[in-house]
Amino acid sequence: MTQAELRLCSLLLQEHFGEIVEKVGNSLLRTGPRPLRLLVGDTGLLPDQVKKALCVLIQHNLVRYEVQPRGSVEYEARSERILRILRYPRYIYTAKTLYGDPGELLVEELLLHGHLSMSCAVSRVADRLTETMEDGKTMDYAEVSGTFVRLADTHFIQRCPMVPETPQGAAAPPAPTLAIAERDMYIVPRFSLVGKGKRRRSCDEEEEGEHKAKRQKPEGGSSEPPLDDGIYWQVNLERFHQHFRDQALVSAVGSRMDQTSSEVVRTMLRMSEVTTASGASHTQPLSSNEIFRSLPAGYNIGKQVLDQYLALLADDPLEFVGKSGDSGGGTYTVSILWEWDSMFGSRCARIFRLLLRKKHLEQKQVEDFAMIPAKEAKDMLYRMLSENLVSLQEIPKTPDHAPSRTFYLYTVNVAAAARMLLHKCYKSAANLMERRQHETRENKRLLEKSQRVEAILASMQATGAEAAQLREVEEMITGPERQQLETLKRNVNKIDTSENQVDETIFVLESFVESTMKRL
Amino acid sequence: MAGRGRGRGQMTFNVEAVGIGKGDALPPPTLQPSPLFPPLEHRAVPLPGGEEGEYMLALKQELRRAMRGLPYFVKPGAPRRDIERYSDKYQLSSPVDSAIDWNPDWRRLPRELKIRVRRLRKGRTAPLVPKQNITPDKEETIKKLESLEKKEEEVTSEEEEEKEEEEEGKEEEEEEYDEEEHEEETDYVLSYFDNGESFGPDSDDNGDEAVY
Repeated sequence: MTQAELRLCSLLLQEHFGEIVEKVGNSLLRTGPRPLRLLVGDTGLLPDQVKKALCVLIQHNLVRYEVQPRGSVEYEARSERILRILRYPRYIYTAKTLYGDPGELLVEELLLHGHLSMSCAVSRVADRLTETMEDGKTMDYAEVSGTFVRLADTHFIQRCPMVPETPQGAAAPPAPTLAIAERDMYIVPRFSLVGKGKRRRSCDEEEEGEHKAKRQKPEGGSSEPPLDDGIYWQVNLERFHQHFRDQALVSAVGSRMDQTSSEVVRTMLRMSEVTTASGASHTQPLSSNEIFRSLPAGYNIGKQVLDQYLALLADDPLEFVGKSGDSGGGTYTVSILWEWDSMFGSRCARIFRLLLRKKHLEQKQVEDFAMIPAKEAKDMLYRMLSENLVSLQEIPKTPDHAPSRTFYLYTVNVAAAARMLLHKCYKSAANLMERRQHETRENKRLLEKSQRVEAILASMQATGAEAAQLREVEEMITGPERQQLETLKRNVNKIDTSENQVDETIFVLESFVESTMKRL
Repeated sequence: MAGRGRGRGQMTFNVEAVGIGKGDALPPPTLQPSPLFPPLEHRAVPLPGGEEGEYMLALKQELRRAMRGLPYFVKPGAPRRDIERYSDKYQLSSPVDSAIDWNPDWRRLPRELKIRVRRLRKGRTAPLVPKQNITPDKEETIKKLESLEKKEEEVTSEEEEEKEEEEEGKEEEEEEYDEEEHEEETDYVLSYFDNGESFGPDSDDNGDEAVY
């Protein structure tokens, strides 16, 4: 774990779970797996606080525990999972585009709570949806559970590992060993959830009646457990990542060729969505007949045209599509080049692309091939060298390695360059978060004041105050203060958007590093 | 060693191969630490705007706000005041450190993480008793007492759903009560309706002692 990753993790934990959880998480990240007693000693917190923090972290799958052979339980933090917190908005937005509002809210609830049982999740989402609907309408559970089932079928959510059945009379282990078979992960239990969403805080009379009736019910109803007791669901992040990858591939193809070829690739990817393991670098081979049958209805292109497109894609030097029908990791090179563009300017990107293709080049050759004046080329090469994006390779002409008689070739070590960029991304994300927190802290007083004024305004409006009184209250915030608030809001928004953007880059780079490691 | 001192500016390899020609000026030596904010050579790529970018931005801020309100956000315990004040008894304190606001499925967690909170029951119900006379709806308070009792016992997953519903209701009432207290601002109402139960020996366990 690099220093930058550590820093980003603790910032994320602190922002979303508070300082106590951050301290515990930090200690685990820095020193590796350890049992409870050592954690308490390390962090200096009360044992109960540490226990509480651990419960929270385990609930959200950020920490896992393992029973050691001697009987103690060791806890280990999962750093890569903590970094995913940065990506939550993207997951939720994707769910919204694919499955609409119920899907979005389901994924959001699952992410907020770590893991939930199906009945719990469905009821919460139905309640939330009911609140946004017009008065008098309620959201039926059936629609929400339909979306839930669809999410499970396409593997976007999965079941959590289950508690094993303990035989009667056996001593319970200090910690359960949770396990689940791969094939069971997406099976939705068969039972019907009947009900409608309930509105909170409504002023209707019937709500009062329901309230009282609800109160009497718990005495009778609490004795039976919910039907899906013990079955919890969590979001399958890998599947979302696969989806993002596919999106990136499709858009890359689209920008290199045309719309239709990107549609072809999209169809191929969709067909192999569920059959490909998440970490595979190639999809299963697909015959062109299958592709032809699965093309969306709007695209009535002839079979020969499809074959032509496939041939084109296969011949493309970036190897999107291989002859046997599988698609590979050509996108990442394309995406990394986009990053280069923004970082160093397009000329550098040209040099970089050249070096990628030709593997090794001398200084003079670089200038010639890239058609860039010598001085500029020199300058850029040295800058990239100092950032460790390119490296020098020595090839001696004579056995004594005399410098005057040695070739010096520039080359690109893509994996190392990608890792270096990734490190920079983590650092910038952490910097952005710190800056945002700093800005918010500086203006805390002003923010609190404006919140109070808003609360007063809201309560006054609810009780029906006149316009003059409202205006008076509004004027409690002076003009310059209002401007300050505006600036603050704009800055915070900008920083937040950049965090999202950096996270997209992190995703591309991480997938690339992962795929190169797999190929080795 | 023989070469030391001779030909100051010479390097061990042919500099032309690397690209520095003869007579080219090398950059001047740096005498100070690099500036804190070096000037940007290239303008940053414009941030993605559009519907998607704005929606994700709103989502991000919403998530942050929502997570602060959830029970998973562990707030450090209220700072201990220097003197114990009379009003402390009547204030709804934030959940004590050792209480968990939500009910995890204890079957899935290691046993050592379970937290038992029995001993606080006595202290919690006392401040709530005078409250009973203030809130207009006694039934609501009874419900609240029940929910607090349940909350402080060992939790099982069977009550998980109802607990969440009750907690929602409880939060509503808590907020209402807080507003009332802040609006009143005087001590009179609280002590006026004191029904004397907290005066004198505690009814529960000290009944044996004589009353003076």
